[in-house]
Amino acid sequence: MSTSTQSPVRVAEDPRGPIRPQRRLPRYAALGLYLAGIALGAALSALTGFSIALTVIYGVILGTLAVYVGARAVEGRRKATDRLVTALVTTAFAIAMVPLVSLVYTVLDKGLARFDAQFFTNSMFRVVGEGGGAYHAILGTVIITAVTAVISVPIGLLTAIYLVEYGSGRLKRAITFFVDVMTGIPSIVAGLFAFALFTLLFGNDVRLGLMGAAALSVLMIPVVVRSCEEVLKLVPNELREASYALGVPKWRTIVKVVLPTAIAGLGTGITLAVARVIGETAPLLITVGLITGTNLNPFDGRMATLPVFAYYQLTQPGTATQAFLDRAWTAALVLIILVMVLNVVARLISRLFAPKTGR
Amino acid sequence: MTATKAPTEPPSTPRVVRRAGDRIFAGSAKGSGIFILLVLAGVAAFLISEAIPALTAPAEDIPGGEGLASYIAPLILGTLLGAVLALLVATPLAVGIALFVTYYAPRRIAAGLGYVIDLLAAIPSVVYGFWGLAVLAPALVPFHVWAEDNLGWIPLFAGPASTSGRTMFTVGLVLAVMILPIISAIAREVFSQAPALHREAALALGATRWEMIKMAVLPYGKSGVIAGAMLGLGRALGETMAVAIVLSGGAGATLNLISSSNPSTIASNIALRFPEATGLGINTLIASGLVLFVITLGVNMLARWIVNRRADFSGAN
Repeated sequence: MSTSTQSPVRVAEDPRGPIRPQRRLPRYAALGLYLAGIALGAALSALTGFSIALTVIYGVILGTLAVYVGARAVEGRRKATDRLVTALVTTAFAIAMVPLVSLVYTVLDKGLARFDAQFFTNSMFRVVGEGGGAYHAILGTVIITAVTAVISVPIGLLTAIYLVEYGSGRLKRAITFFVDVMTGIPSIVAGLFAFALFTLLFGNDVRLGLMGAAALSVLMIPVVVRSCEEVLKLVPNELREASYALGVPKWRTIVKVVLPTAIAGLGTGITLAVARVIGETAPLLITVGLITGTNLNPFDGRMATLPVFAYYQLTQPGTATQAFLDRAWTAALVLIILVMVLNVVARLISRLFAPKTGR
Repeated sequence: MTATKAPTEPPSTPRVVRRAGDRIFAGSAKGSGIFILLVLAGVAAFLISEAIPALTAPAEDIPGGEGLASYIAPLILGTLLGAVLALLVATPLAVGIALFVTYYAPRRIAAGLGYVIDLLAAIPSVVYGFWGLAVLAPALVPFHVWAEDNLGWIPLFAGPASTSGRTMFTVGLVLAVMILPIISAIAREVFSQAPALHREAALALGATRWEMIKMAVLPYGKSGVIAGAMLGLGRALGETMAVAIVLSGGAGATLNLISSSNPSTIASNIALRFPEATGLGINTLIASGLVLFVITLGVNMLARWIVNRRADFSGAN
């Protein structure tokens, strides 16, 4: 697009010569050359028995080469390098799209087989073959995620408030740094932490929904802190000063002025943090385990959760293998839908609750 | 952010009214911050306390019967192998994507394209495992055969080629897809903040777009890309479910990427063995988790240190 903004003329190196208009490829020539390269790649792969993968590999290499050589012949070395990089960068983006499209297509394709009412209303209690569903696992995931949010949101939000409104000096720097470091804790390590903590507290072989929530909180708190901190920083200082000038105490200023102003961003950040932990599998695998029946009490015994349910359906199928695989893929589909819905909700929140700034 | 401190606690005012509400609120906010530090310390402390039995146990009691070091060493190798492979694949791609979104894509759709890349980060890791097992692994089998035939002289591709595709090579690619959004998000952020004056100056001097990027954007964004790559590395090191599902691991230490016997990774080994482990087995797994924790902590601290050295690009400015 902005190639057109670049100067179409070049000052000739030779100061005595006239200014020559630079020769340029026609507008769609680069794209045409690239497509020609891909067609050549398809022909080449057809020689050894046609395959899509080879077509793409040959095609990308030949297409890029064709663009470079074509531009080099007409426009010179510098322009040719520019076009080469454009081709490479665009290819990089296209390559990144391949797994996303392939993944979504696969999950939809295989997941829709059992995307029925029974899946959402039945548990796996006394189901050994076909039928059954993930009713218990979906509710378990919702409950454990809710408990996680109840633990993480107050701590994360208060910490963000501390960092933005109160914090100073060493402690603030330490908290900021270690919160950042915490975002990188592997989820399995968070699970081990919760396991070790509850084993020390309640003895061996304890399995609770609460353990899973504790493990997920370790993962969720830093995300909440980071996103809330960024949002609170955006609240204009004038609002705080106006409030102080009216004699309002600081804590009421925060509760009544700062937080309502930032509510849209806070809601978005917290929703995205929930989306981040709702698909976590590893910590739940080692802390909450899996059961076939419905257990809705996070303070008592094992619970089923959707990711762990999906994992075991896939890796430990019973005799009716296909039924287990179908349930696994449908569970994966439901999981993706949950995450996507949360992402959309997060965007809606930031749209709907954005502070009215118009004057 | 320094500006937010200005109106509070003016030291010159002699009478600062300290209301109870203020004290409670400030205290609980500060308490939460300290609590987070305690949690991080607690993670280390509880892991150590549960790992001690494995550290002190006689070598023949450790699963495998040859002591803790020889149990964990192949796992560390597998973890590093998969993560480094992922990093090598993902970093150039992520830089390309970031450049495409910030400087090549049409302005109107650039934000949308960035959002699409971010969707890759939203997909749960267990679903990546499903995809890797069902789609990517079978699709890569021909490449495995080809690599054995043509690249077999390199120890990494010595073969024999796996017929299922559930190899360290496939795992590396799955991990690369998973860390792609992390690296490209940070690279995008730094690239878009490259000083407009530098960029415009380069273009005004007649630079092509690539020359402008080479002169003005890449030097500015270099440390950001490095930090993003390190964060991606941290994520790849700790990734559990995708590896546990895709990799057919459990063999000893080997650098062979394409055979069906691969070293497992620390995280996936824990996920696979923990549900059935008992007694000292649990302690051994927790000890290996402690090693993973230390490795990722080191990588992340280094990454954050690099990011913080360039504090300019942390969000709200």
